[in-house]
Amino acid sequence: MSAITAMDGVAGPAPQDLPARAAFRPVEDVVRAFVVATMFWGVAAFAAGVFIALQLAFPILNLDLEWTTFGRLRPLHTSAAIFAFGGNALLGTSIHVVQRTCRARLFGGDLMGWFLFWGYQLFIVLAATGYLMGITQSKEYAEPEWYVDLWLTIVWVAYLLAYLGTIMRREEPHIYVANWFYLAFIVTIAMLHIVNNLAVPVSFTGTKSYILFSGVQDAMVQWWYGHNAVGFFLTAGFLGMMYYFIPKQADRPVYSYRLSIVHFWSLIFLYIWAGPHHLHYTALPDWAQTLGMTFSIMLWMPSWGGMINGLMTLSGAWDKLRTDPALRFSVTAVAFYGMSTFEGPVMSIKPVNALSHYTDWTIGHVHSGALGWVAFIVFGAVYYLVPVLWKRPQLYSTRLVSWHFWIATLGIVLYITAMWVSGIMQGLMWRAYDELGFLQYAFVETVAAMHPFYLIRALGGVCFLVGSFIMIYNLWMTVRQPVAVAAQPAAAE
Amino acid sequence: MTFRHATIEKNVILLMVLTLITVSIGGLVQIIPLFAVESTIERVEGVRPYSPLELAGRNIYIREGCYVCHSQQVRSFRDEAERYGHYSLAAESMYDHPFQWGSKRTGPDLARVGGKYSNEWHVAHLVDPRGVVPESIMPPYGFLLNRTLRAGDIADHLRTNRAVGVPYTDEMVAAAALDLRMQADPEADTTALLQRYPKAVVGDFDGDPRRLTEMDALVAYLQMLGTLVKFSDYTLKDLQQ
Amino acid sequence: MDATELLAVLRPLWSVWFMLLFLGIVAWALWPTNRRRLEDHGRIPFRDDR
Repeated sequence: MSAITAMDGVAGPAPQDLPARAAFRPVEDVVRAFVVATMFWGVAAFAAGVFIALQLAFPILNLDLEWTTFGRLRPLHTSAAIFAFGGNALLGTSIHVVQRTCRARLFGGDLMGWFLFWGYQLFIVLAATGYLMGITQSKEYAEPEWYVDLWLTIVWVAYLLAYLGTIMRREEPHIYVANWFYLAFIVTIAMLHIVNNLAVPVSFTGTKSYILFSGVQDAMVQWWYGHNAVGFFLTAGFLGMMYYFIPKQADRPVYSYRLSIVHFWSLIFLYIWAGPHHLHYTALPDWAQTLGMTFSIMLWMPSWGGMINGLMTLSGAWDKLRTDPALRFSVTAVAFYGMSTFEGPVMSIKPVNALSHYTDWTIGHVHSGALGWVAFIVFGAVYYLVPVLWKRPQLYSTRLVSWHFWIATLGIVLYITAMWVSGIMQGLMWRAYDELGFLQYAFVETVAAMHPFYLIRALGGVCFLVGSFIMIYNLWMTVRQPVAVAAQPAAAE
Repeated sequence: MTFRHATIEKNVILLMVLTLITVSIGGLVQIIPLFAVESTIERVEGVRPYSPLELAGRNIYIREGCYVCHSQQVRSFRDEAERYGHYSLAAESMYDHPFQWGSKRTGPDLARVGGKYSNEWHVAHLVDPRGVVPESIMPPYGFLLNRTLRAGDIADHLRTNRAVGVPYTDEMVAAAALDLRMQADPEADTTALLQRYPKAVVGDFDGDPRRLTEMDALVAYLQMLGTLVKFSDYTLKDLQQ
Repeated sequence: MDATELLAVLRPLWSVWFMLLFLGIVAWALWPTNRRRLEDHGRIPFRDDR
């Protein structure tokens, strides 16, 4: 961190005199626990993904047991990836970032931190065990039943209070933009979670409930939720991560702070409208579909504004990409963010959607976002955080980070190209007519045609999983190194 | 100093409130108007609440995550109309809590699967999908055949559905437990049942009339999907909102 | 004029209103005199580790 002082000198006049800095002790044990949980659930999510990908290639792997069918394991995979892996990463990094950028201890201290940690893990375990037993609301990415939803609401309100409380007691006069994104993520997810899960339980001793909305209204509410789970959980939250960790890793401030403000307001305003593009050509009224498509296309602008801001932060420091493979993860993540936020608006255009919807193209799109953007930005942040949190001089091996990077990137490329081909192919086969004017293919022929691509996809998943094992080994060896003494002045204080 | 802190504290709340307002607009504009039912739901006859057995079957469909691979929403394209039938109406899922439109067709759409195959086909296919369709990648669901349908609280399910807006009558709730058994009993007099739930498919479903299994319920549900609206009674113009 | 009438007048204007608000935010963020102050905030992440 000694470079900072030097950089301040280069970048112009020193910041205005800061108020006397009272020493603050950030809550760090909890952040460490969140980092461990992130990696643990990450491996669980990737492994579940590989397994269900193989089930689609080899249905025998459903094992003829009710608990291991694709129908029950798929929500396990999506929830593990989004809420367990992504969620732990978001909670952990947000607590780290808010304390550091506000120079204030977490509101509620260790007790609050541990409540959030264990409360959130309990939510994950309750949800996951429920899926295996068939307890589900069947709303995608909102499958947990009412009792789990209530518990998550309690944890989430505590999270919001802790976050707001920390910001309120801050030493730094300005609220750094990463916190804006994290706060928008927390507040919006609260709103979406509550509205989408409004349900009446059959009895208070049973697990089953009936959702308040029905049919077309329920579909609209669900995809208003579902798309904004992407927009606010998987985008806004991780943009908060980007706006803190990329500057820290590149050792220079964000390219344009003013662009980040514009990015923030335009993103949160536009994203919330995009949900209906999940319901093109359905029984949802046309005006809602058109509105959803229009806003989805407009969303391309702020998304790319954010991407440019993230990438240009490295201008003048591109050489760091050669020496710091962890930064390579973060930067590639932003590139994937740009790619999938370009693909998304394209897929929301109605004629394109007519082809892509219901096919693997959507699955590929989701994974270029989930693996390329979300997981890579998390990997970059975790590689940066572990030496900082455990006060180790540096990572055990940058070569292993490089290996992880290339094998994971290969995995993503295999995954998304396989899904592009299979998705477009299946979409075309469904609508193909023979010369007599009959449908050319029976549905099951289109299923059989998917087989080779399901194999390639599973191979891509295996690469990604192997990469995460390399990462865990590297992090484990990093923590086993002796504690840094003089090498890191930050830790010495 | 105290004043400055007060302003700062207001700012984060202000930031939160502004964020909330900004993100609320989209939802309000898109969701609220859909509750103006006259313009959202087509005026067609025939759509009715699920019979108790169908509802129990629907809950098994949900429990097993069938929606993960099967949509229930035929889009308004020529190829989909030829493959699956008339495009889906909003009215057809107006009693669905929650909706089952799905988002992926790893398997075919099921919105109009009712009546397309025999009960025996469904049972054989659910027990051993590849025994019936060799290229299928569907998981096997043989265990449904061995499991007695547990639906002692079916009347409570109807009541809960009524609480969220499904027009179950007192009579339907009172007869729920009986209707549940009668629908799968080939010997039963189902006149009253069919008056309450017109077009319900009655008779044994799973091949064993002595037992009421989860298979009975699931197949009863599958066999009614998409059969309630008689499309020959309507022109395209009638169906436009 | 009651609330429903007022709403009827305002409803078509919401998009205009939001466009203005958005342009206001953009103008504020990009206003030349705000530049130094705002860009300085970008250095907040570097003030923590000591």
